[in-house]
Amino acid sequence: MSKAEILGNIRRGLKRGEASEEQKQAVLNRINQHARNLIPQRSQLSHAGQIELFIAMATEAAAELFQLNSITEVPQICATWLKDHHIDTLVTASDEAILGLDWDSAAELTCVQRVAQVGDSASLTTSFAGIAETGTLMLHSGKDSPTTLNFLPDNHFVILNRSDIVGPYEDAWQKLRDKTQGELPRTVNMITGPSRSADIEQTLQMGAHGPKDLIILLIND
Amino acid sequence: MEIKSPAFKENARIALHDVNLQKALGNLKAGFPVKRSTAVARMPEFDQLRDEGTALKNHILENLDIYLEQFEANVIKNGGHVHWCRTPDDACKKILEICKEVDAKTVTKGKSMVSEEINLNDYLEKNGVEPIETDLGEYILQLRGDHPSHIIAPAIHLNLEDVSEIFHEKHNRPKSSDPAVLMQEAREMLREKFAGADVGITGANFLVAETGSTIIVTNEGNGDLTQTLPKTHIVVTSIEKVVPTLEDMTLFLRLLARSATGQEFTVYNTLSTGPRRAEDQDGPENFHVVLVDNGRSEMVGTEFQDMLRCIRCSACMNHCPVYGAVGGHSYGWVYPGPMGSVLTPQMVGIENAGLLPNASTFCGKCESVCPVRIPLPKLMRHWREDEFAKHLSPKAVRWGIGGWAFFAKRPALYRLLAVSSNLFLRLMAGKKGRIKKIPMAGGWTDWRDMPAPSGKTFMSQYKSRKQS
Amino acid sequence: MLASEKPIQVGLFVTCLVDMFRPSIGFATIKLLENAGCNVTVPEAQTCCGQPAFNSGDKKTTQDIARQTITAFDGFEYVVGPSGSCIGMLHQYVDLFDDTDPWKARAEDLRNRAFEITSFLVDVIDFDSMLASYEGNVTYHDSCAGLRELGVKQQPRKLLANVANLSLTEMEDAETCCGFGGTFCVKYPEISNRMVENKSANVQVSGATTLLGGDLGCLLNMAGKLKRQGHKIETRHIVEVLAGMTDEPAIGDSAYELGQPA
Repeated sequence: MSKAEILGNIRRGLKRGEASEEQKQAVLNRINQHARNLIPQRSQLSHAGQIELFIAMATEAAAELFQLNSITEVPQICATWLKDHHIDTLVTASDEAILGLDWDSAAELTCVQRVAQVGDSASLTTSFAGIAETGTLMLHSGKDSPTTLNFLPDNHFVILNRSDIVGPYEDAWQKLRDKTQGELPRTVNMITGPSRSADIEQTLQMGAHGPKDLIILLIND
Repeated sequence: MEIKSPAFKENARIALHDVNLQKALGNLKAGFPVKRSTAVARMPEFDQLRDEGTALKNHILENLDIYLEQFEANVIKNGGHVHWCRTPDDACKKILEICKEVDAKTVTKGKSMVSEEINLNDYLEKNGVEPIETDLGEYILQLRGDHPSHIIAPAIHLNLEDVSEIFHEKHNRPKSSDPAVLMQEAREMLREKFAGADVGITGANFLVAETGSTIIVTNEGNGDLTQTLPKTHIVVTSIEKVVPTLEDMTLFLRLLARSATGQEFTVYNTLSTGPRRAEDQDGPENFHVVLVDNGRSEMVGTEFQDMLRCIRCSACMNHCPVYGAVGGHSYGWVYPGPMGSVLTPQMVGIENAGLLPNASTFCGKCESVCPVRIPLPKLMRHWREDEFAKHLSPKAVRWGIGGWAFFAKRPALYRLLAVSSNLFLRLMAGKKGRIKKIPMAGGWTDWRDMPAPSGKTFMSQYKSRKQS
Repeated sequence: MLASEKPIQVGLFVTCLVDMFRPSIGFATIKLLENAGCNVTVPEAQTCCGQPAFNSGDKKTTQDIARQTITAFDGFEYVVGPSGSCIGMLHQYVDLFDDTDPWKARAEDLRNRAFEITSFLVDVIDFDSMLASYEGNVTYHDSCAGLRELGVKQQPRKLLANVANLSLTEMEDAETCCGFGGTFCVKYPEISNRMVENKSANVQVSGATTLLGGDLGCLLNMAGKLKRQGHKIETRHIVEVLAGMTDEPAIGDSAYELGQPA
């Protein structure tokens, strides 16, 4: 059987049989500690500094970023942006924050809550965290947040609360473990800017298969 | 994939004279190394991260069986399946079996070098399943019936005109030479394929033992569409990719993006943990991990164990002057450049791939940029030792070394040999300072002059100076 | 150096290429070391460092040569050579022997004493009072083994900065291999040729009139290419310039062709 042979080869190479209970326990302990490796100084800042770094890094990664005083401004900014881009439909996630939005100010825009489909032009989701170190968004799947919304539409609006910005990735993992009691959602997406490819002559082109525009709506909560 | 490594020299000769290839390779030199060095300069702790990454990989390899079993247990706990495959054939069969179970007609594929290693596309096609590559570079190659020449920039050997031509031919659209238009074309062509595929196959950059997650790192988002839309997601990966925790994975992600493309972070870093949950609105219903060995487990405990630290960033080939001169296809199999020159002999046999570990000046540039400090020159030398011990090295080399060694081990005789060779070369040069042609040394004099000795040997001159 | 101090005992590792092709490099090295207050000896029992065997996978022959070299340089405070590649090889002897082999400790001892010449002058004895003068614009090729195995990068530049009238212009890709690689250049001649062509192009673009380096193997390769291409650029080993011994024609040139008395 393949498994036995593979493990047998490894153990032969390590000059031992199956690991002792002690060895296995040592590995389990190491895993359970979630010990952090070296964390670069870059993101070890005050929270205000982390927000500033997040904005700089996300912008460098070619994300568009709007700073809003309140989540209530989301419909208006989406409507304006979409109108400028001649898009009339927005597919959204269905988490509370989004369901609570008042779209009256965006009367020309059709909003639907569902998974994404081929042909969708724009989507709106929330995000779980913003990672200042590289301007990275962390999103995860769940009953209100279909993953296809993050990848299939041409343009992706993401709501991010300033309070959800952390310094390094490690803080986001901890935040996620705290939220989900250590059980990971089916998928966790770390997203840094819009889709791109340099596969043709090493020349960078934006918008390969994922969203061509990533628009971060940074909320002063 | 057919092994063309025994023809390395001939492949290289053709490559050196291929004007289009040389033009394409020029893009590589001006791109990745410059970007990497900028990214590294922005991360003052980069060398410390390299040290930690190296130590962590060593720790993992010392406990590889334990971490793999832990990973497997957690995949199963999440409702997924793990399949252990010793050989490429085992892996292909298992993948086909999963495809047949769900009656798959088409599968979309994210970029995976392990799938190249097991020659998966050919196998699926022969058995009635259509594989569709979705990474832009891989897609271009599939249309051309071509193979990757680089592990992260698969179509680096092609120029814009090549892409323009094949798209025009296969897409039945007006010919364009605007990269943006060509990319949009591929985007449109693949949209329906993503949605219509029965199975999505991706690779994995790392496997997280703690959570039973696999992670893919892509810039295009094709991998995400590949693994999210079809009902079944198959991860085809290899055993050395396991890491203990999310924190440990993070260390390698910091190293990977900077070493590979010189990005601060790759656009999409996506963790997959089992199939969709009861409450999820989308995502695959079946989640399979196919763990490929293909000779890796036999490297544990040998002088080649260090190679199992490799995180497939491509920095070694991006900086290699030999790769830069001849391109990836010259190496004649799946993995090119310095890392390929170490891995290929393991996977296809040193008798087929002996020319690869010899195709290095040992300049050490590869090792100097490797994020996990793999001593690539040393490992290539180990293959040469293996080749020498098995009497596989060319006779000319063995005899040459043997004859030279006879003198080198006998200083007095060596002096005589040196004096006579020195005299011979000076006579050949005559009044000139150099020699245009030396019989038996065409390797040198076909391309460059041989500077003549400037006088008697050092040892003779030193002796007479001391005596006087 | 203070007069009261005992002179440093240095064994010169000549290297087989210097012995055969360019003895002046050996004499220039001796002159530099003596100016720096060293007492230099040239052990008779040395031949080659063993790289041809080592890089061809012939470990047994390499071990034989390593033992011979280790013995030849027993007792010297330092072992110095005009080559990063050969001195780098001496450092690698350590990897040839098992931990239980008594030769391992002797190899480690040799490694601790063995230095490339510019590194020895700068890092070990902190000697930089070059009395030389060189009229010309030079560029410096960083040979791979010295650069990456021994960390030789600033040392030659620091020493060259003390040579009167000399100006240094860095070329593009100074750290990229010239394609010599010992047996590589004859086993893969076309690839090697492409690499040395690239190097030659970078040397020319730099505008330098003299190409310097610290390893004769690379210098023979680059000089051979520059000459074959018909360039006037002179190629020399750095010690010739540092020791003020540049009367002899450059590598690949001859007194006859230059119209000088032989």
